[in-house]
Amino acid sequence: MSVRGKRDGGQLASRAVQAAFVLGLIAVWYLATNWWRISPILLPNPVAVYDELADVLRTGEFIPDLRVTLTELVIAFSISSISGVMLGYLISRSQYSIRVFEPLLAGIYSVPIILFLPLYILFFGLGPASKIALGASISFFPIILNTIAGFGYVDRIFILSARSMGASNFQLFRWVLLPAAFPVILTGLRIGFTVALLSILGSETIASLAGLGHRIVHLAEGMDTARMFAYIAFAIAIALFLNTVVSTLEAKARRR
Amino acid sequence: MAANDVAVRVKNVSHQFGEEGDPQYVRAMLDTSLEVRRGELLCLIGPSGCGKSTLLNIIGGLLAPTSGTVLVGDTEVRGPLPHEIAYVFQENALFPWSTVIENVRLGMMFQGVPRAARDERARKSLEAVGLVDFADHYPAQLSGGMRQRAALARALSLETGILLMDEPFGALDEQTRMVLGEDLSVLLARTAKTIVFVTHSLGEAVFLADRVAVFSARPGTIKEIIEIDEPHPRKSAFMTSDKFTALRNTLFSLLHEEIRKAMEQATASERAARGQAAGVSP
Repeated sequence: MSVRGKRDGGQLASRAVQAAFVLGLIAVWYLATNWWRISPILLPNPVAVYDELADVLRTGEFIPDLRVTLTELVIAFSISSISGVMLGYLISRSQYSIRVFEPLLAGIYSVPIILFLPLYILFFGLGPASKIALGASISFFPIILNTIAGFGYVDRIFILSARSMGASNFQLFRWVLLPAAFPVILTGLRIGFTVALLSILGSETIASLAGLGHRIVHLAEGMDTARMFAYIAFAIAIALFLNTVVSTLEAKARRR
Repeated sequence: MAANDVAVRVKNVSHQFGEEGDPQYVRAMLDTSLEVRRGELLCLIGPSGCGKSTLLNIIGGLLAPTSGTVLVGDTEVRGPLPHEIAYVFQENALFPWSTVIENVRLGMMFQGVPRAARDERARKSLEAVGLVDFADHYPAQLSGGMRQRAALARALSLETGILLMDEPFGALDEQTRMVLGEDLSVLLARTAKTIVFVTHSLGEAVFLADRVAVFSARPGTIKEIIEIDEPHPRKSAFMTSDKFTALRNTLFSLLHEEIRKAMEQATASERAARGQAAGVSP
């Protein structure tokens, strides 16, 4: 067990280095504002940011914006995950359609869809609809591609072996195709979730009526930099929390 | 031979992959006929690509022959017959997401064994291959030899009269293979199953088989059938006997010239393919 102990010790040490790095960054930030006198409009004092953050949390001012962003995220991710998994499964049913659609989808995936945001806003307006459409279409591609990869490349020997033992179509799907594809699909869903969140926050900062990204830009334009930093910290915390939840769900489902 | 002494009857089976003129066109088997006796272990041996595995897949109903028929008992094979035929594949065909015992239970579920009977039968077949202590392990946690024994347990639990084995020990090292061969001989002497066993190994064929069918080079057909007149279960002493050596040598001389032919074919077709590619490219 000494090897295991050593590895844990190593992990503890690297955690300490990571924590020290973050603390060091905050220290430099503090020095930059208090010592070198950088204008608080460009870079506010971390203590001021902390006070603003406390105020934001205490007054509950963030709630309407957070609700808008999360609603957009939930709807966009529901659309992309349901349609991505279903269409991906249908495409994976034949080698011919895999050959046709997989390169096509992979090609579109490499296009920076965010460039079409002005078009989305023309079509769907400044409100949540354009964010939902953008988030859904950006996260659709990793999800469908991973679903095709998951279902489409199940080792033939598993299918032959199940068939030779008399598996029905449903049994083949439930006990062979699904468990074989599941981990790959989960990875697609996790990537899809992350890019949906990123593109929704990003597009809110470009053109929107509400949401966390909207609030951040609004404060920046009002030169209320300390409060803007507080909202950025809050958005980072939310994103970290959601990504951790999704990764934990993925790890749990994999271990099953 | 009386009709009920024959477990599998292969009648004039030919098989080709692709159509004539296709670059992938291969005539794998030509007009092969064969009778597998009830309760015997028949080895199929021959050069690479001679259609041994193709014949096995046709008998198992996983592949429909281009022409000819296969009868199992009185029924013509048109698809898998999970109640008559069980399979042990060359590669590891255990489901990696299930434990050993779950794999065995899944096979019985596919075959339609009632839930209540599955546990008992799964344990019994794991006992038969000596893997009871590893029932809750995942395939990735087992050695190659143990995995193939687990695959054998899954096939045995289906309690079919016929067992098809496609180079089941092909990926294992020589020592493991020898031990598994001995175990298999003991096990099979007890179960009275009809077994068709594809192998590359001359020694394995002589050690395990009641009869060995030697295939010709492609398009494969059966060149000769050799009887191995030695009772089961066979001891490792048989492997060092003069009789074993003589039989092995007979097989070798039968195979030798076919293997040369098969290798020449392979070189010729590669040359042809390269010539074709050169002709097409600008």
